[in-house]
Amino acid sequence: MSPQDLAQIDPYGIPLDAIDVSNPSLYQQDLHWDYFKRLRQEEPVHYCADSPYGPYWSVTKYSDIMMVDSDYHRFSADKAVLLDTARLVGEKEDSPSLAAFIAMDPPEHDRQRKAVSPAVAPANLVRLASVIRERTSRVLDELPIGEEFDWVEQVSSELTILMLATLMDFPVQEKELLSYWSRMIAGTPGDGLMESLEQRDHVLRQCAARFLAMRAERAATPPANDLVSLLAHSPHARDMSVEDYCANIFLLIIGGNDTTRNSMSGGVLAFHDNPREWAKFRTNPALVDSLVPETIRFQTPVIYLARRARQDAEIRGKMIRKGDRIAMWYISGNRDEEAIENADRFIIDRARPRQHISFGFGIHRCLGNRLAELQLRILWEEIARRNWSRIEVTGQPVRAYSNAVRSIDHLPVRIHA
Amino acid sequence: MPSVHYIDSSGHEVEVEAAEGMSAMQAAVDNGVAGIDGDCGGNAACATCHVFVDPAWLDRVGPADPDVELQLLELAEGMQDNSRLACQISLTAALDGLRLHMPAAQF
Repeated sequence: MSPQDLAQIDPYGIPLDAIDVSNPSLYQQDLHWDYFKRLRQEEPVHYCADSPYGPYWSVTKYSDIMMVDSDYHRFSADKAVLLDTARLVGEKEDSPSLAAFIAMDPPEHDRQRKAVSPAVAPANLVRLASVIRERTSRVLDELPIGEEFDWVEQVSSELTILMLATLMDFPVQEKELLSYWSRMIAGTPGDGLMESLEQRDHVLRQCAARFLAMRAERAATPPANDLVSLLAHSPHARDMSVEDYCANIFLLIIGGNDTTRNSMSGGVLAFHDNPREWAKFRTNPALVDSLVPETIRFQTPVIYLARRARQDAEIRGKMIRKGDRIAMWYISGNRDEEAIENADRFIIDRARPRQHISFGFGIHRCLGNRLAELQLRILWEEIARRNWSRIEVTGQPVRAYSNAVRSIDHLPVRIHA
Repeated sequence: MPSVHYIDSSGHEVEVEAAEGMSAMQAAVDNGVAGIDGDCGGNAACATCHVFVDPAWLDRVGPADPDVELQLLELAEGMQDNSRLACQISLTAALDGLRLHMPAAQF
């Protein structure tokens, strides 16, 4: 279907049964909103009988998403977090798998998550704050004023890939390689970079080889606070299979990177579209405290994650059968008017900005959430300090072809002094 | 109206009057006590209202509910024997004067 065809479809004009929100083009074209508005209103727990990934249920209400997300007894994450199972576990037996602890249930989930959580624990964040600020300041100082450039390339990507390199103690001079690997992990076949899962397998094997070598090196040196050293030295890590180690690395590469990048870019776009909010921020830079979670809510960098029912379950009168897959549409939960007042509006000083569903809930709740907030806070503090009158978005944002990551790949801007 | 004291990691203390039956998380959030976030709105679905119950009050408050709280607390940082999710502590007259210590940061 051509982009024009998709834009022609009236989300309220087709039968409810015909709605399939798993189409990556919907998110690339930013056309998903009304489908979810309709579902929340008319069929908040919705069954799609036929999709490219097979049949699946959707939960679209904030409270239902929170419930499913938190109830790992009934709704398993085991190799179930993406509807596209091939993209999650790989196409072939020996394909590199992305099914890290995000796609595991307790007790294994807990063991593996605890192995890496010290990297982003509050004490470590305090340590990271000064390098983040120094870097952010440098990047912002190097930006052209009055001239068009790509905010994603020059700021969002640059800052987040450097953060990732620091977290993993990966050589900064090889950041392009890390960035490439990140895009190949998070990508979807047909998105313009990833041609096929076979190509991805090939690239991921190279990434895996490098990180396995790093693990061996770090295992032989005293424990440090980077993610690789933590994985190498953790009591459980010694028993961690090669496959699990690599999957965890892949997860940390995208979890620690893409998401924050998109919240940064999304914030710039949101301010452009809402000049009164920009004026509020300029008048009162202390609003950074509430603006940071609001940008994370408004962007919703992770569009959905999925579960598999371990037993029959009823939600809002709908019978979910054991074995059925359920997609939790964070992108919809974050716009649920029953949970969030004026949910469709970007409001940087709302009363309860931290009540959003972008990080998920329950035991799988985003491990890096505080680190993401720290990076975003420092970015907006440093922007406020420079007192630019405006960051103008000068062209259409280019969004990624993906149903899983809500990514802005290019954002042409011009800074007005 | 039971009162509750929130003590931050540097020892700074705030006293709050709560409505009977309100959770210790809600009382903190409603009164702008810094150090407790309550991101999930009190549904035991995150661990951002993590508190350490003052040893003198532990018996009266009780330990973390193994089915509801324990796992989330274990996955947060710095869990101790006196750790609780504040949203699962109901402030009743019996807990008037309760003392809760807060971690340096929520996770």
